[in-house]
Amino acid sequence: MTSRSAIVVEDLAKTFVRRKGPPVRAVDGVTFAVAEGSATALLGGNGAGKSTTIAMLLGVLKPDRGVARVLGADMIRDRPRALPFMNFSSPYVDMPKTLSARENLIVYANLYGLKDIDGRIAELTRDLDLGAILDRLTGTLSAGEATRLSLAKALLNRPRLLLLDEPTASLDPDTGDWVRGFLEDYRRRTGATVLLASHNMAEVERLCDRVLMMKKGRMVDDGAPADLIRRYGRRNMEEVFLAIARDLPRAAAS
Amino acid sequence: MTTPASRDDFALPDPVAFSAQRVKAMLLRHLFVFRRSWPRIIELLYWPIMNMTVWGFLTLYLLKQSSWLAQATGVFISGVLLWDVLFRTNLGVALSFIEEMWARNLGQLFVSPLRAYELMASVVAMGTVRALIAVLPAGLLALPFYDFWVFSMGPPLYVFFLNLLVMGWWVGLFVSAVVLRFGLSAESICWAVLFLLAPISCVYYPVEVLPAWLQPVALAVPATHVFEGMRAVLFGEGFRAELFWAAAGLNALYGALSAAFFLWMFEIARRRGLLLKQGE
Repeated sequence: MTSRSAIVVEDLAKTFVRRKGPPVRAVDGVTFAVAEGSATALLGGNGAGKSTTIAMLLGVLKPDRGVARVLGADMIRDRPRALPFMNFSSPYVDMPKTLSARENLIVYANLYGLKDIDGRIAELTRDLDLGAILDRLTGTLSAGEATRLSLAKALLNRPRLLLLDEPTASLDPDTGDWVRGFLEDYRRRTGATVLLASHNMAEVERLCDRVLMMKKGRMVDDGAPADLIRRYGRRNMEEVFLAIARDLPRAAAS
Repeated sequence: MTTPASRDDFALPDPVAFSAQRVKAMLLRHLFVFRRSWPRIIELLYWPIMNMTVWGFLTLYLLKQSSWLAQATGVFISGVLLWDVLFRTNLGVALSFIEEMWARNLGQLFVSPLRAYELMASVVAMGTVRALIAVLPAGLLALPFYDFWVFSMGPPLYVFFLNLLVMGWWVGLFVSAVVLRFGLSAESICWAVLFLLAPISCVYYPVEVLPAWLQPVALAVPATHVFEGMRAVLFGEGFRAELFWAAAGLNALYGALSAAFFLWMFEIARRRGLLLKQGE
């Protein structure tokens, strides 16, 4: 069956010039497409180019060359067309800590042009169990609470494409499991496309039907988790990740 | 199997070019903070009132010593108040922007549909709100303290006020653009830049006092024409329209250049990946 691509990336490249030292080639001619409605993991070690790729897909970073098209819109020149229909969550990008959780949601709901702001916040409060934290200052929230708030912000506009950068980083196993369950359920209910960068391989196996492996700015492999595990002759995605990161020879398929 | 998508595949509607709701969102972001933080309000009020108090009593003293000053008792107090309009507006615009960098919020903002020029509009609006909160009480206090009613200047006052407000906007936007490009290590420029302009803005003295070579430089600053015009009114020469038009013309030119400079720095920040990385 043929489906549309929510994301199309062609020969995308970005090099950062540093004041001292050689330039850093963060993304080096990457090409891939992500099918609408799929959940895809963008994997790789530190410095592989995942976050840089996501920043280019969000249009907050301009590539040196190549194409980044999201929901049909060119994210270099035409990103205002796509931004209302996508969203992003990352524990590494803050919201103002001097605002309460509710105030932050009101601000972002207005930024996304929502009409029934109170109604949408009430829905998300129920779905993400935000009741107890809604009127607390964002700066006082625990990592798990801040993650739920960040997810609520990312879901305000009912995005057709959700970009998640390590959504369960620094969460305890219980909270991490809750977030993964929520994301699974959200995707099932809405049919949204999810692109996820993560270092948690169990999370990837559970949430994603496809994996894109990056290394040193290049795409080195691509496939369904089960296919990659079989192809590399490993027991799980953790071992596949290590095999790719350490250039280990492929083991015999079990 | 996936196929490359064209724009038509998703039939996304044309985006709204300018959204008042997004500007409102950015105003709410700051007003929420002010609503709960009385020290911020006190901080806004403090310096304009202090300045006005010190210069006001100096004026009372000098009135007894100077026949020149006796002709226009409000010349120093008006100068202080109008200079504060400019200073506080610039500071208000720049700090409203820099607060997003302190909060590491630029990344979140610019993955939303917010446009760079909407952010500019919101910091300009917020700068104006901050300036009004700061300067109006000081202006009103001049009446019980010194028996000087600044609003007695009439319509010329509003014209001067508006020009200084606009100058504060573009200076603030220029400063914000510099901080966006060079990071928070450059934030002290938002306090320093107007102190650099103060000597040639001729707030308390006529432009002829400056050396001949410096006078053309001073006349390239909109505030210089405003303060010349203010003194003309206070010394009974009436409203000098040519000074108003000079200030307004310069403000329009610098305002356009400053907005273009901000958008240019924004594009450089996009190219260098600064939007997601800025912060304390």
